[in-house]
Amino acid sequence: MEKKRILAVGVGGQGILLFSRILGEVALRAGVPVAMSEVHGMAQRGGVVETNIVLGPVRSPLISKGEADVLVGFEPVETLRALGRANQKTVIISSTDPVIPQIVKDGLATYPDLAEPLARLKETFDKVYLFAGEKLAKEAGTARALNVVALGALAGTGLLPFAKEDFLNAIKTLVKPRFMEANLKAFEAGFAVTAGV
Amino acid sequence: MHPLIAAKAKEKLLLLGNEAIVRGALEGGLRVGAAYPGTPSSEIGNLLFQLQRELPGLYFEFSTNEKVAMEVAAAAAASGLRSLTCMKHVGLNVAADALMTLAYIGVKAGMVIVTADDPSCHSSQNEQDNRYYAKFSGLPMLEPATPEEARQMTAYAFELSEKFELPVLLRTTTRVSHARAVVEVGDLDPYQEETKGRFEKDLRRWVPVPAVARVRHQVLLEKMREAMVLADGSNWNRRYGKGRYGIIVSGVAVNYVLDAVDELDLAEKVQVLRLGFTHPCPAGLIAEFLKECETVLVVEELEPYLEEAARAVAQERGLKTTILGKASGHLPRFFEFDPGQVKEAVARAFGLSYQPPEPPSLTWVPELPPRPPTLCPGCPHRETYQVIKEVLEELGELPETIFPTDIGCYTLGLLPPIQMADYLICMGSSVGTAAGFSVATNQRVVSFIGDSTFFHAGLSPLASAVYNRHRFTLVIMDNETTAMTGHQPVPSQELRPPELEDRPRIDIEAVVRALGVSHVVTINPYRKKEAKEAVRPLLAQKELAVIIAKAPCILYRARVSKK
Repeated sequence: MEKKRILAVGVGGQGILLFSRILGEVALRAGVPVAMSEVHGMAQRGGVVETNIVLGPVRSPLISKGEADVLVGFEPVETLRALGRANQKTVIISSTDPVIPQIVKDGLATYPDLAEPLARLKETFDKVYLFAGEKLAKEAGTARALNVVALGALAGTGLLPFAKEDFLNAIKTLVKPRFMEANLKAFEAGFAVTAGV
Repeated sequence: MHPLIAAKAKEKLLLLGNEAIVRGALEGGLRVGAAYPGTPSSEIGNLLFQLQRELPGLYFEFSTNEKVAMEVAAAAAASGLRSLTCMKHVGLNVAADALMTLAYIGVKAGMVIVTADDPSCHSSQNEQDNRYYAKFSGLPMLEPATPEEARQMTAYAFELSEKFELPVLLRTTTRVSHARAVVEVGDLDPYQEETKGRFEKDLRRWVPVPAVARVRHQVLLEKMREAMVLADGSNWNRRYGKGRYGIIVSGVAVNYVLDAVDELDLAEKVQVLRLGFTHPCPAGLIAEFLKECETVLVVEELEPYLEEAARAVAQERGLKTTILGKASGHLPRFFEFDPGQVKEAVARAFGLSYQPPEPPSLTWVPELPPRPPTLCPGCPHRETYQVIKEVLEELGELPETIFPTDIGCYTLGLLPPIQMADYLICMGSSVGTAAGFSVATNQRVVSFIGDSTFFHAGLSPLASAVYNRHRFTLVIMDNETTAMTGHQPVPSQELRPPELEDRPRIDIEAVVRALGVSHVVTINPYRKKEAKEAVRPLLAQKELAVIIAKAPCILYRARVSKK
C-alpha cells in the first residue's frame, strides 16, 4: 500500500489513545506496517492531545508540517490548530462540538465563533467532513464514544485499505463489553457521515 | 493472563516502546525490578508492578525515589539475580550518587538501567541528554530507535551487563518509549517459583574504600577498552547504502533519516551509519566510515554527543572529512526533531533541493484559545490552594508571600487563576528552597509539596529546616497517590487497592511530628470554613509549620472504587 499519515488531535479525556489503539490493531491484523506516537503524562490533564499514526512503508511515527494525509479532529479548535500539518489534499474529518478550555471558563481567553472558520475550512481544503461528534456519540448511548464515531468516520472515507468488518472486529476486542453496543452504534453513525457523501 | 506475557514467540503485538522493554526484560529473565515513576518511563514500572502477581519469581517495587530503586536493583544484581531499574532522565540525577560508584564495583548478574529522556520537555523541567551519564560513569549504553529494538536491546542488555559485570544503560526518549509499533516477541521462559540469589562477600570488590576504589577505577577503564572493541563489531551498529556522503545517526532519528533517504532517493548517494551501541562510542567503525565519506552529517537529538566523538576520531586519525551537525548549524541542540526538519537538514548538507509540502494559506484561522494542562474539575489541590489563598489574603500577606512549589499535578497551580507557584527546581526543592528564602528575605514563605514527592525528597530537607530553625509553612498536599504519573502507590495512603491492603501505612502527620515540627495541622480542603480556621494560626505566625491537606485524587478514588 501507499504510505498514509494520519494525525488525530483533540483534548485530554476524549479517548484519542483508544482511537489510535483500535486503528493500530486493525492495521496489525491486516498485516499493514503501522507505527504511532502518543502523548502521555502532563499534557493529558485537559491539554491538547495528539496521536501521529503512520501506515505502510514509512518509519517515522511523527507527522511534520504539511505532511498529514488525513487529519482527524475530535474538537473544532484543535482541528484548526493542527492545520499547519495539513496540505491542500489532506482529507479533514472533524467533530464540530466544542470543548471549552478551562482558561476560557476562567475568563482569561475567548473561544472563537466557529461558523466562519468552518466555512473557510471547507473552501480551503479539497475534502472536508464535518459532523457533530458528541451529539452522535450521545445518540449512540454515551458521549464517551466520540472516539469511535471518529473512527467510523475515518473508516467511511474508504481511504484506508481495511474493510468495515476489520474495524468492527478490532472494536470488539478492545472495547469493554458493557460499552460495546453504544460503541458499535457510534461506529455506524460515524461511518454514515463520510460513506454517505 | 496479561496479553504481554500470554504472547508466544514470533507473535506480533502492537506495543508501546515501554511495553516492549518490559517484554524484553522478561525474555531476558528479569527477577528483581525497582523504580520511582516518571514520564516517559512510567509504564515500565506500572506493568512490572502488575505482572508480578502473575509471575512467581518476579519481584517489583515502587521505591521512594530513584536512588533507592537503583540500590535495590544493584544489590539484587550483586546477589546473582537479573535486575532492572527505570526512571525519567532527571531521575538519574537523583540516582547518580549510586550510579557513579556502582560503575566501580559492578554487578554479577545482569542489571539494566533504563533512562527515558524527554527532548522538548513534554512532561519535564529540563531536557538533559543522559547519554553523557554513560560517558561520565563509564557504563555501556544502548539506544533503541523503535519498540522492536527496545525489546531486543533490553534482553541483550542483560548479556552485555554480565559480560563486563557492569550495569548497562538503556537510553530511550519520549518518542521511543511512547511510540507504538508492531513487535514480534521472543521466547519467554516460564516464571514458576520464587528465586533467591546468594551474595558472595568480597571486600576488595564490593566496598569501595579508597584503596579498593583506586583499583576498581582502573578495572572499569580496562573494561571500557574491551567494550569499545565490542561496540565496533556490534550488530546494533549497522551501515546502509553507498556514496561519498554519509550520515551518522542514533535513537528515534534513525527513522527520520531512513525515511529521508527513501523520500529524497539517496540510497545510491548517501551511506548511513546507524548506531545503537553508543557507549563506548565505536571509534573504529566511525573512523572507517569517515574515511569513505567526503562529508558526514551527524543526526542526533539534543547534545552533540556523537558529533563530538566523530570529531575526536577525525582528529586522532588525521581525517579531513567535513563533519556537519550542530556546530555547523544544520540541526539544533534543543528540542526533539521532526522528520521534515531532518529531511531539510539532509538535503541542505548534501546540496540537494527539497521543497517541503506547504499548508495552504491559513490567515483566516482566528486566534485560538490555548489549552494548557489544568487541574481537573473537583481536584482537591484547587480547594487547598483556595483555602491558603483566602487566609493569606485576609491576613494581608498574599502579595508578598513567596510560594516555592514542587513536582506533581499541583505544579499547575502556577497558572491563573491560582498563581501560587513561584519557584521550582526539582523533586523536593519546595522544602530546601523555602529554607533558603526564609534566610535570605523577610517575606513570608509558603511552600507546596505532594505526598509522593515528600517521601521522595522532602524528608531530609524538612529535618534540616527543623534543626536550622527555618521559618516557613510547608503545605503537604496529600492526595493519597502519585497522581501525575498514573496513580502509583505512596507509603502513607489509606485509600488503596485490595492487593496493597496488607502493607504498613506511614502516617505523614506522625512523621512530621517525629521530625520535630511542633505546629502541625491536618485539614480536609473540601471543608473550607473549618480548614481556614485550622490553618489561620499557622499562617499568622512565623515559626516552621506544616499543614497537611488530605483528600484523595478524584481520579484515583474513582479508579480504586471500581476495583
